[in-house]
Amino acid sequence: MSSLSRDEVARLAGLARIDLTETEIDRLAGELDVIVESVARVSEIATPDVPATSHPLPLTNVFRDDVPAEPLPVDDALAAAPAAEGGRFAVPQILEED
Amino acid sequence: MSTQVTRLVDYDDAVRRFDPVIGIEVHVELGTRTKMFDAAPTEFGAEPNTQVTPVSLGLPGTLPVLNRTAVEHAIRIGLALNCEIAETCRFARKNYFYPDVPKNFQTSQYDEPIAHDGWVDVELEDGTTVRVEIERAHMEEDAGKNTHVGGATGRIHGAEYSLVDYNRAGIPLVEIVTRPITGAGERAPEVARAYVQTLRDLFRALGVSEARMERGNVRADVNVSLRPSPEAPLGTRTETKNVNSFRSVERAVRYEISRQAAVLDAGDRVVQETRHWHEDTGITTSGRVKSDAEDYRYFPEPDLLPVAPSRAWVEEIRATLPELPAVRRRRLQAEWGFADAEMRDVVNAGAVELIEATVAAGAAPAAARKWWMGELARTAKTDGVELAAMPVTPAQVAELQGLVDAGRINDKLARQVLAGVLAGEGSPEQVLVARGLEVVSDDGALLTAIDEALAAQPDVVAKVKAGNLGPVGAIIGAVMKATRGQADAGRVRELVVERIEQS
Amino acid sequence: MPGRHAAGPSSELTRLSAAELAEALRAGRVTSVEVTQAHLDRIAAVDGAVHAFLHVSAQDALATARDVDARRAAGEELHPLAGVPVAVKDVVVTKGMPTTAGSRILEGWVPPYDATLVERLRAARMPILGKTNMDEFAMGSSTEHSAYGTTHNPWDLERIPGGSGGGSAAAVAAFEAPLAIGTDTGGSIRQPGAVTGTVGVKPTYGGVSRYGLVALASSLDQAGPVTRTVLDSALLHEVIGGHDPRDSTSLTDALPDLVGAARRGATGDLTGVRVGIVDELNGEGYSDGVRARFDESVALLREAGAEVVHVSCPHFGYALAAYYLILPSEASSNLAKFDGMRFGLRVEPEDGPVTAERVMAATRGAGFGDEVKRRIILGTYALSAGYYDAYYGSAQKVRTLIQQDFAAAFEQADVLVSPTAPTTAFRLGEKLDDPLAMYLNDIATIPANLAGVPGMSVPNGLSDDGLPVGFQILAPARADDRLYRVGAALEALLESGWGHPLLAEAPELPTTVTVPTTEESIR
Repeated sequence: MSSLSRDEVARLAGLARIDLTETEIDRLAGELDVIVESVARVSEIATPDVPATSHPLPLTNVFRDDVPAEPLPVDDALAAAPAAEGGRFAVPQILEED
Repeated sequence: MSTQVTRLVDYDDAVRRFDPVIGIEVHVELGTRTKMFDAAPTEFGAEPNTQVTPVSLGLPGTLPVLNRTAVEHAIRIGLALNCEIAETCRFARKNYFYPDVPKNFQTSQYDEPIAHDGWVDVELEDGTTVRVEIERAHMEEDAGKNTHVGGATGRIHGAEYSLVDYNRAGIPLVEIVTRPITGAGERAPEVARAYVQTLRDLFRALGVSEARMERGNVRADVNVSLRPSPEAPLGTRTETKNVNSFRSVERAVRYEISRQAAVLDAGDRVVQETRHWHEDTGITTSGRVKSDAEDYRYFPEPDLLPVAPSRAWVEEIRATLPELPAVRRRRLQAEWGFADAEMRDVVNAGAVELIEATVAAGAAPAAARKWWMGELARTAKTDGVELAAMPVTPAQVAELQGLVDAGRINDKLARQVLAGVLAGEGSPEQVLVARGLEVVSDDGALLTAIDEALAAQPDVVAKVKAGNLGPVGAIIGAVMKATRGQADAGRVRELVVERIEQS
Repeated sequence: MPGRHAAGPSSELTRLSAAELAEALRAGRVTSVEVTQAHLDRIAAVDGAVHAFLHVSAQDALATARDVDARRAAGEELHPLAGVPVAVKDVVVTKGMPTTAGSRILEGWVPPYDATLVERLRAARMPILGKTNMDEFAMGSSTEHSAYGTTHNPWDLERIPGGSGGGSAAAVAAFEAPLAIGTDTGGSIRQPGAVTGTVGVKPTYGGVSRYGLVALASSLDQAGPVTRTVLDSALLHEVIGGHDPRDSTSLTDALPDLVGAARRGATGDLTGVRVGIVDELNGEGYSDGVRARFDESVALLREAGAEVVHVSCPHFGYALAAYYLILPSEASSNLAKFDGMRFGLRVEPEDGPVTAERVMAATRGAGFGDEVKRRIILGTYALSAGYYDAYYGSAQKVRTLIQQDFAAAFEQADVLVSPTAPTTAFRLGEKLDDPLAMYLNDIATIPANLAGVPGMSVPNGLSDDGLPVGFQILAPARADDRLYRVGAALEALLESGWGHPLLAEAPELPTTVTVPTTEESIR
């Protein structure tokens, strides 16, 4: 497996939206390199004939009836907001477009 | 927005030299009472953040539970689009950070859609039918809404911010993706529009959504690419997002064809990108290019279980499918005895339901068509409103025609009665009475008028008695004039002839 | 409460098991207010040294206690555990009570709703003493990764109490609470149980609702009881367990009779029970003291009539690797919501424009600790384009192989057994700079999470260093009752040998009187 470079860690931090200091990037690059090398062992036994399991127990078709519940009072909804205005959550300007 | 002027090639020239290929993604908001994964209500137009639960806000600890009705609606859409319904399918998480996405991932079906490999026939205005192949229809959730506040350009940073309302976050969506639509040639914009319109009609007929374009219930992303000839491989495509009216779909495709042709003519390459549609100016502009934008780190949503619709359930849903719009149109045309061209006009005018309701209220199909496609269509056009928005009900139109059929008014009076109804003066009967427009059917009053007319033209009687019926018309005309048109011309003729014979 | 000290009648109340307290309450020998106040006093006395609690909800607990006493006086039929207090790990959402999950990023968050299991505790009218300390977002094996200071092991205050649920285990071991709630993603209930001499149970996946647990890894997380006796775990498990329509992965099956199984096991008869020793979870890497106690316990089970066999689970050697791909991947997504937009901490970037994107990154940079950042970056890597198949995809396949190992092993045995943790409690700080060494603490507990099967840790003696050791019992999915039968039998046999519960050997804790028992955070 390829080793985890500083640049790669910085790219991942960007994807994960976490500001890291230069020191943190250096340290993580070293630590993650060791960890990745260790966990990469999984590919040794993960042959194509083995099916993947994403849920511990094989359940299917769990549904809810389309019946409304009482919504949160708007004051409760906004109570923990760092900033709010006119019943809405106030957030810093959004530059990137979705 | 770019200040640089975008060069365009004349549309006719563009489609002469390039073969356009389009692809359309339509998102429809399902009309369920609750959200996709959450029992929060979905009332439209409610006060901000009043249609939310801890789940809709993505609060720590909350979990999704799938709405059965939303799944049923998705299957219904899949069946109506002649799709295969998956034996089993899953949800995945699409990870990206955006303030209107409360969990910072969207729960969506990624590689396992609930419906796939279908088709739908789309009828163009001239009656040509185009078959559009459907690649997939999958379930996902809508995002909240951002409102940008403050700051024109030039303000200091921090002066601008956004306000977020999560009422829409989690509303169930079904996204329908076409395969590349080829062979439409210069009619590609028209096909795109007709396709979206067809889906809108379908959603309404299926009862899965109110499908109101102006509310954003139905939203389209249009993909356009050009190639030198139908034999050439597909060109690089652009995706124009959120084109939310039929007319805009047509315009956006048309614009992209002209723009891309200019890019290619200049020897440049079309950039694969997201573009934005500007309703006001009718142009598309390049979206901001995001680094890492494509790395959504999809993985199966561990908080939800696979959906494995039993074949029995699918068949049960299939059995409840209503008659689909195209089938219904064919049936109604046969029942009503309309010619192809007549029916097409009716469809294009959006008058099918109106005529159907008018017929149901007792009017003959031809009469119903005459009113809606004639007087009412003209008035609607003059007033610039949709036919269905005219202030007259199909029942009133049927009532109006009933008055004509009963001989109480003639066509000319009927138009005056209709004008009264449209003016809000009440039902046809009420207008007729209030305006005193009833046909004069009192023989006594008519005979008085006839006698006066005969007295004024004494030579007529002699001519008629001599076997020349021609001058009767002159008498009828005089009587009609005297009664200001409110007489039944047929009855007047009978009485005139009777009177002359008696004299 | 100046002047009050740990000795006297109220401290005796804190020594009783939950079952004993329930009986005393039922018989009217004691009131819930007395029981609850005794525990609040104990917290005030010793938590300065232990630091098991992040928040003590004294007023709320006493209000519940008074209500229970009034209802009992009025002759109302009450839940058997009504009036018995409980502590709740801070990863569990509590309405009106701060919930931080041990993270700076959630500092001051007061949730507007209760987790399902909290609703059930409240419905049973159990006073909630407060919220217990934990590794940040349950990532860790020592509670040293809490943003609010580490918890100390009551057996030796210089040592770790295990993790991530070190607070719950230490609170119970230090007699600050008779019962506590933990969560177990890779061993966070069982490993702290082992190193603090307490009982901890990870139920079958889906057996206890996850609604209201701040999610770490959705496909692995499970809440369960932390107690001093096996019977107490069964009692608490029955309160919080059972189907919840708000959790799609919740089992619809009725819970097996856990209390009945514990009482049956306490007779010490295991005739006909097949016990499988997992060869891969014993041996290299496990300390001598741990192995010696394990062998002695197995001998006791054999004496009790159990048939002991050896089973092999050849893929368990890959469990740790699979776990450290699945957990970070799911966590990287689950923890994306902590972005400073809707709740919790919001931090603006030190310079440059204040945009949503940059505030999110600054908030997450400042609000998350090192271990959380490490795992989020690792998970982001494992899920990113081009690596998914090699990492996350492969790990999910290993999961299948581990499930197959369990299925084969449970053909041969009714329960599987192993040491819970490879060593006794290590010193604070000892493994803080070596993440891989820290991860190895969970080597024996992780397979159960990957397969969704239930597991229990029962204290089975002290190692040569005088520190407690745990014995792990694993059962097939939905057969949690087997844990209770075998666990209660082992507990009864061990205690009859010792002549007292293991915790009676724990040293006295230094007491302080400075910590208030009023409604406020004591972090």
